[in-house]
Amino acid sequence: MSNSTAIENEQRLLPGDLAIWFFIFAELLVFGIFFIVYSIQRLQHVELFNQYQATLNKETGAINTVLLITASYFVVRAVDAIKTNNISSCINWLYASLGMGTGFLILKSYEFYSKFSVGIGINTNDFYFFYISLTFFHFLHVILGMIIIFFVILFAKKGKYSAKEHTGIETAASYWHMVDLVWIVLFPLVYIIH
Amino acid sequence: MKYKSQNVAKLYFIAAIGLFIGQILFGVTMGLQYVWGDFLFPAIPFNVARMVHTNLLIVWLLFGFMGSAYYLVPEESERELYAPWLAKLMFWIFLIAGAATIVGYLLFTYSDLAKLTMNDLLPTMGREFLEQPTITKIGIVVVVLAFLFNIGMTILTGRKTVVSLVLLTGLVGLAVFFLFSFYNPDNLFLDKYFWWWVVHLWVEGVWELIMASILAFVLIKITGVDREMIEKWLYIIIAMALISGLVGTGHHFFWIGSPDYWQWLGSIFSALEPIPFFMMTLFAFNVVNKRRREHPNKAATLWALGTAVMAFLGAGVWGFLHTLAPVNYYTHGTQITAAHGHMAFYGAYVMVVLTMISYAMPIMRGRTANNEIAQTLEMWSFWLMTVSMVFITLFLTGAGILQVYLQRYSESPLPFLVVQDKIALFYWLREIAGLVFLSGLLVYVYSFFAKGKEVGEIKEITT
Repeated sequence: MSNSTAIENEQRLLPGDLAIWFFIFAELLVFGIFFIVYSIQRLQHVELFNQYQATLNKETGAINTVLLITASYFVVRAVDAIKTNNISSCINWLYASLGMGTGFLILKSYEFYSKFSVGIGINTNDFYFFYISLTFFHFLHVILGMIIIFFVILFAKKGKYSAKEHTGIETAASYWHMVDLVWIVLFPLVYIIH
Repeated sequence: MKYKSQNVAKLYFIAAIGLFIGQILFGVTMGLQYVWGDFLFPAIPFNVARMVHTNLLIVWLLFGFMGSAYYLVPEESERELYAPWLAKLMFWIFLIAGAATIVGYLLFTYSDLAKLTMNDLLPTMGREFLEQPTITKIGIVVVVLAFLFNIGMTILTGRKTVVSLVLLTGLVGLAVFFLFSFYNPDNLFLDKYFWWWVVHLWVEGVWELIMASILAFVLIKITGVDREMIEKWLYIIIAMALISGLVGTGHHFFWIGSPDYWQWLGSIFSALEPIPFFMMTLFAFNVVNKRRREHPNKAATLWALGTAVMAFLGAGVWGFLHTLAPVNYYTHGTQITAAHGHMAFYGAYVMVVLTMISYAMPIMRGRTANNEIAQTLEMWSFWLMTVSMVFITLFLTGAGILQVYLQRYSESPLPFLVVQDKIALFYWLREIAGLVFLSGLLVYVYSFFAKGKEVGEIKEITT
């Protein structure tokens, strides 16, 4: 019994499972280090970075930002819905967030395609190395976030969640917000600031 | 023991311990050859002793992993092993092939061994850790495939748990990445590049999955903590291990002719490799603190906690020491690497196999836990081996720091062999620590035969 009480206490501090917060922390650390390294490299080669930054498609980047923020809003609505025991509404909101995520992946793939098709690659120069590796690493995280949401939908359909017990949905939501947050830093840093 | 076929693990564990003794004997031999180069020359030259030392390690760890899987999987799957006879057959094939290979190393010069085993037909020999004759490598593939079939069928036709699925993923990865040992291009860069796909992606990738699942299994058994809690930690640990470990391969690509960006990718991602090990430490102590039963096997608990701590120190901290490209520029291929290699292999993989043996062996011998004397001796051996390994690591680190300074960093760098003479004192100290390790191992072996007062049964804690 002491075990479950301890877990309940943990949940009062942070939404979702405590374990996911260790993971979120570790992930933010990875991106944090990556951002710092990017910034230092940028400082040393400002001109090169500015020149090639201008080749990025800011419009798709901006639309993607909107898609991710909207997806975050939808998972919030999903958590709200489950708190009032409205399971079908919760599932619908989660599907909607998956839709936004899919939109992000399509646009980002188009962006990658338009770069790769003109021969730009990870080896082209320092800027493109950071642009491709950072956004591709984030791309993988969007996929992981969507996989987590997908499983939460499956569990929700099996009736695993209720107004009383919905840790899983909060866990997925917390992770998704992290994916969103990283993009909110990444987009201005890599696409806009010069 | 819940299922009769789990008993097949006993064979594997006994062979593992036997080969472990061999590994350490060759270890102390070559430790002495560091400072007394002619010791046992020409019968066992340094390069042969080194090859036998590292190859025996890999082979006995594979025996240990297989034994652990044969014990763990039936219990997790809640059914007998799919084909116990196949497990026994493969055991003998693997043991005979392994022994023949070692005898081959010792009796023939390496080039003669290559001719004798018809290496020309499919050349795979001559690369560090992958020195095995091609025919042995093919044997390993056959054994591992039969093993995977056996384990896989047991898991897929029985209860599927996170622990057994993570283990299976790790074992499949082990098999897949070993196939790169058959790719031996003439281009030295490509050779090195894919060589790391075996070496790195084993120990800093898929083996971590095997380790985490074995540790989780033992912790579930000795603490009685909810499976659900352990499983979620397992997910997080393996996700982090793979995120950091896969791209972390880049820390081997700094100076072999790969594109420059590997210095960034390798440094950033491998700097995060300590995180999953740190999580494993938190996880192990957390689970033991929240235990719901008092298990009479105190030795197994000690090994489990020891694994978590030593893996973090050896693989995590000592790995981080030299993983950043600007540091690694000076340290690569020095005794710093040897220091890390020793503590990481011992802390992560040796100890996790010994944890499983410590938990499972008494049960296979018909008791919940060993008698008091045997456990006391086993815990003594834990401390003797672990503390001496800490000293081996510290002495090699000392040697490594001096080596880096004298040979690569100072104003007037000295030649390799001159430096080796200057750091001989550290090698002597390491050899003494190695002998203490050997004595710890002998105490460990003796603990299996010690008689004493039997211990009680598992007590559930009621709150």
